[in-house]
Amino acid sequence: MAIFVDETTKVVVQGLTGSQGRFYGLRNRDYGTQVVAGTNPRKAGTDIEGIPVFATVGEAAAATGATASCIFIPAPGVFGAVLEAAEGGMELIVVITEGVPAQDEARLYNLLCRDFPGTRLLGPNCPGIITPDRCNIGITAGEIALGGGPVGIVSRSGTLTYQALYELQQAGIGVTTCVGIGGDPVPGTSFIDCLAAFEADSETSAVMLIGEIGGSAEEEAAEYIKAMMTKPVVAYVAGLTAPPGRRMGHAGAIVSGSKGTARAKIDALRAAGAQVAANPTEAGFLMAAVVAGL
Amino acid sequence: MDLLEHQGKSYFARFAIPVSTGGVAATVEEALDVADGAGYPVVVKAQVHVGGRGKAGGVRVVADRAEAEAAATAILGMSIKGHVVHTVLVEHATDIAEEYYASFTLDRAAKLHLGMLSAEGGVDIEQVAVDTPGAIARLPIDPVDGLSEALCRVWVAGAGLREEAVAGTVELLLALYRCFVEGDADLAEVNPLVLTTDGRVLALDAKVTLDDNAAFRHPEWKEYEGTQELDERERLAREKGLQYIGLDGSVGIIANGAGLAMSTLDVVNQAGGRPANFLDIGGGASAAVMANALEVINTDENVRAIFVNVFGGITRGEEVAKGIVEAMGRVELTSPLVVRLDGTNAAEGRAILARHESDRLQSRATMLDAARAAVELAGGGKG
Repeated sequence: MAIFVDETTKVVVQGLTGSQGRFYGLRNRDYGTQVVAGTNPRKAGTDIEGIPVFATVGEAAAATGATASCIFIPAPGVFGAVLEAAEGGMELIVVITEGVPAQDEARLYNLLCRDFPGTRLLGPNCPGIITPDRCNIGITAGEIALGGGPVGIVSRSGTLTYQALYELQQAGIGVTTCVGIGGDPVPGTSFIDCLAAFEADSETSAVMLIGEIGGSAEEEAAEYIKAMMTKPVVAYVAGLTAPPGRRMGHAGAIVSGSKGTARAKIDALRAAGAQVAANPTEAGFLMAAVVAGL
Repeated sequence: MDLLEHQGKSYFARFAIPVSTGGVAATVEEALDVADGAGYPVVVKAQVHVGGRGKAGGVRVVADRAEAEAAATAILGMSIKGHVVHTVLVEHATDIAEEYYASFTLDRAAKLHLGMLSAEGGVDIEQVAVDTPGAIARLPIDPVDGLSEALCRVWVAGAGLREEAVAGTVELLLALYRCFVEGDADLAEVNPLVLTTDGRVLALDAKVTLDDNAAFRHPEWKEYEGTQELDERERLAREKGLQYIGLDGSVGIIANGAGLAMSTLDVVNQAGGRPANFLDIGGGASAAVMANALEVINTDENVRAIFVNVFGGITRGEEVAKGIVEAMGRVELTSPLVVRLDGTNAAEGRAILARHESDRLQSRATMLDAARAAVELAGGGKG
């Protein structure tokens, strides 16, 4: 099983002909991912080391059966690229690009919910998703991921996602799927989406959740864990001692109240029954104990 | 990017949001010219990136030219919570009948735009939100649909404003929403939004935070650059394209990725030390980037030890290690380095570091060990 992607997932890379798209697209293919197509309207008909390039996602999907796209297009083009992928019938759209305007993200999220309810957006500004040994979409280094389960990982932070994968690999613990949801204001996929998928996944027996300060995503995840999760959750929230961030006028304070601090997030997760580690290494130890007790 | 009040008001003007007559001044002479043009009485307001300027004496209402001169002389150059006042906004002082509050921001939890409007503006609106949440009319707005005039009318009607303020407020809010959306603001806030004694609705203050990610489609934002207050270390870091926030501890921090950098601050604190900074060098860790980061930290006199915490992903451990060694050759460091290198090819990387190990460069296998070593070098928990 695993969640969202596996060895049958066929991927089209939007921006395959650019330096980033080419580098990671080929790495993903080398890992074993079915990278079946790329897009670039000006280079349709060419190929990148055997991966055919099409003008649009729709044409790529029709010719190759791709159902997932990975976007390496610069931020100004992301809004259009995501819509093109959704219109092209993609079930999963992974946006690696960082620096996408918040207004674009808010419009995209609501537009997809309304017009393309069958499409899942992951990111923007995320490392991607990896089901070790089966499918790697994005920029995660496949070498640091040990496959086979039983742990699912969901993370808001890029490098801490790698850290979590690595801690588990060092402890000899396998991962079903590791999802980097990205730390932007309006992520397409939330902690809750991933927790629900892991809860439903027969191969996943425990979940590691990596959060960070800002927003209220961890608090919402805590509510979900308390109400819906039967599988154990180990969490780490970065930023307990981080400098106070920018304060968004009065409006930010009114909207968020006491939410957003690492302390509030940790308290909420503990109250929901999750084990919360003081640092990533301790999260690995806690998870090792959980897995040993399964 | 947080705009100063006068910048926020000039941004408002682009969207035809009504504000008081006036302008910004950097000298007493300029302030008097603006005051003469605006017409007395005028209000002279300190332009700083910090709240509480009223209480600090940074806002004065004056009746005539002589008083305006005294006010501008007193406020220009004064320090408000450590922020020196370089400019003042001088505006015609409005006769206020009512003070309201209005804002648009993004509700991250709901993933919708959120409008907030209250008849109880001017005062401490955050306290109003706590004490009488019902006094704030909240309007969730679907970013795809936007704010229609009809929806705006219903919203304003439910906020309990005085009747003669309604039409002007609807018009102002529609413009403020355009400023928020088309203007790519994270926040567009007016406190107070006023009804004048002669029946006009004006934005008496402006708090605008622009979304830096949208700068590519706003060439007009150029004029706001350079007025952001940064300390020397932050200015240097920004020039070098590094994400840096200055702190006051003694352990310099370099990490790749914001999450790992935050996590590094956490473990330094857990080891009993105090971080001197937050510094994220981003995904890669080339010698050039590492040298830049070390150079920035080197300018911080409080730093006694530097903790380099790098996780090799695509950038392999040996490349990171070579980068560190090369960077140390380029920068004359005043503090010793403790490196924790993990991830892809970490063993190869550590082998390279081991060959260069000295009292200036130590390597540790885990984040916690490295934090402890760095804290000890920095003088233990006293730092």
